[in-house]
Amino acid sequence: MSTPSNVMPESPLESEVTAPAVITASRRFYWAVRRELWEHRSIYIAPLAAAAVFLLAFLTALTISPVHRHQPLDVPYEFAAGLIMGTAFIVGIFYSLDALYGERRDRSILFWKSLPVSDLTTVLSKFTIPLIILPLLSFAIAVVTQFVMLLSSAVLMGSGLSGGTLGARMSFFHMSLMLLYHILTVHGLWYAPIYGWLLLVSAWAPRAPFVWAFLPPFVIWGVEKMAFRTSHFLAMLEYRLVGPEAPATTGPRGNLMDMLSALTPVQFFSTPGLWVGLAVAAIFLAAAVRLRRNREPI
Amino acid sequence: MACIEARGLRKAFGTTVAVDGIDLRVEQGRILGLIGPNGAGKTTVLNAILGLTLYQGELKVLGRDPWTERDQLMRDACFIADVAVLPRWLRVSQALDYFAGVHPRFDRAKAEGLLTKTTIRSGSKVRELSKGMVAQLHLALVMAIDAKLLVLDEPTLGLDILYRKQFYDSLLNDYFDRSRTIVVTTHQVEEIQDVLTDVMFINRGRIVFACSMEEFEARYLEVMAKPEQIAAARALKPMHERQVFGRSILLFDGVDHQQLAAFGDVRTPSIADLFVAVLSKQSGAAQGAAR
Repeated sequence: MSTPSNVMPESPLESEVTAPAVITASRRFYWAVRRELWEHRSIYIAPLAAAAVFLLAFLTALTISPVHRHQPLDVPYEFAAGLIMGTAFIVGIFYSLDALYGERRDRSILFWKSLPVSDLTTVLSKFTIPLIILPLLSFAIAVVTQFVMLLSSAVLMGSGLSGGTLGARMSFFHMSLMLLYHILTVHGLWYAPIYGWLLLVSAWAPRAPFVWAFLPPFVIWGVEKMAFRTSHFLAMLEYRLVGPEAPATTGPRGNLMDMLSALTPVQFFSTPGLWVGLAVAAIFLAAAVRLRRNREPI
Repeated sequence: MACIEARGLRKAFGTTVAVDGIDLRVEQGRILGLIGPNGAGKTTVLNAILGLTLYQGELKVLGRDPWTERDQLMRDACFIADVAVLPRWLRVSQALDYFAGVHPRFDRAKAEGLLTKTTIRSGSKVRELSKGMVAQLHLALVMAIDAKLLVLDEPTLGLDILYRKQFYDSLLNDYFDRSRTIVVTTHQVEEIQDVLTDVMFINRGRIVFACSMEEFEARYLEVMAKPEQIAAARALKPMHERQVFGRSILLFDGVDHQQLAAFGDVRTPSIADLFVAVLSKQSGAAQGAAR
């Protein structure tokens, strides 16, 4: 059976050609990232809140019990950085899980798709948040927090330019540099496949992306344990979460931060695990781009 | 080049065939109404045109393949899928910033001008606006885009009559010119009858009727026959007959106006009435063929 064809008369008027503004790919990408920050304000509110709570506790402790002034200074500093980075990491997990799921759930994906922004640009802009924006943001917040700690302890302890504070000041710059290195390498590049996986699940999950993200690894671990009595998968996950191991030469003196940053850039970038992880992340992202093109609102 | 050109367009969801081989050609400067019952495949056709769903068959929209080139297509085409899709967290000012940031054909001043005619403030979030205001906002954003093709899928769903009237008025007065093409689906058929230049009926994934509104007005006439004239009127083989307040209304295809005037009041039927006539005639023919 054939269907009728609808033939309509040609319009006599040609369209008036107006020169459209030129919008570069990078400008589109910039607005796509800004859009993410508009929607997910927790990206900066959560680390800021963690820093504020920590500073409050630190200053209270400093005023109430100045006994601790002889403790090694780097312990609270590392704790502050760790707290802020940890908060940012958790925000990154929840952000990634919601990034491509939320727009399907509230049907706004139809609105975003009505604009000339490709699925690739969209997925990459969402990937940029945990990969680059959150690490840089948590670094900035951590450094400011540590600086406030340094200043307030110098003032409150009244030690002025005494040896301890001077030493702390000199190591402050070193510490910040180490922190930046750690954040960009571990929280950015090393964790890339984790964020890639979460975005993939977010693009695919018919519902409950949280369950779909964490159940499969759990099942794989269980099946491997029962079938082969091994735990290679768990070891792999652990390796991914802890980061590349520093050589044993670090020695017992190294604190947590030194250990995390013990790998020189050459060592870090020649770790096969890094490149395997980045390749896996690329595959996850490519799949997420394809899925976003196919998926319809839930 | 036609604005939209489809040959053998088909889409199935599992075993359910939503669009069953549609041939379609929409020229520039037309306002096409796609009319059909729920589940007829209207939205699926529109989604295929917009590159939102994978399809079988040939389809070119503004000379592009919508599935592989959606983002380029959206520089020249835009759509309003449903009033509910604007994200609730979005501020009006952010929407303007974003459109200006990513859309080469967006005229921010025009959008702001359109918004000043409404009560929408630029600091408001979408969640704070009423449904009608959200539709106004979306329309203002879309009308500020110098697009060649505008697709509206139930754009006035859930709006009260005042907003619906305003919506089509401003679309016609402030937006439409002969260089643009509009494709619209709606259940409120009577509201768009005067707006359309072409109408197309779609049922069970197939186009069952298509004509221009000029042709529609020239061909189809409806007569409220006087009781003593009904037999004579029926002899002219009406497409469809229905009863309203005990009077018979007969719908004719291609019968002379003068001839019908003898039976009673003659007028152009509404699209909805013709739709019912076409569909019932079709199901009758299907029963005949089955026998």
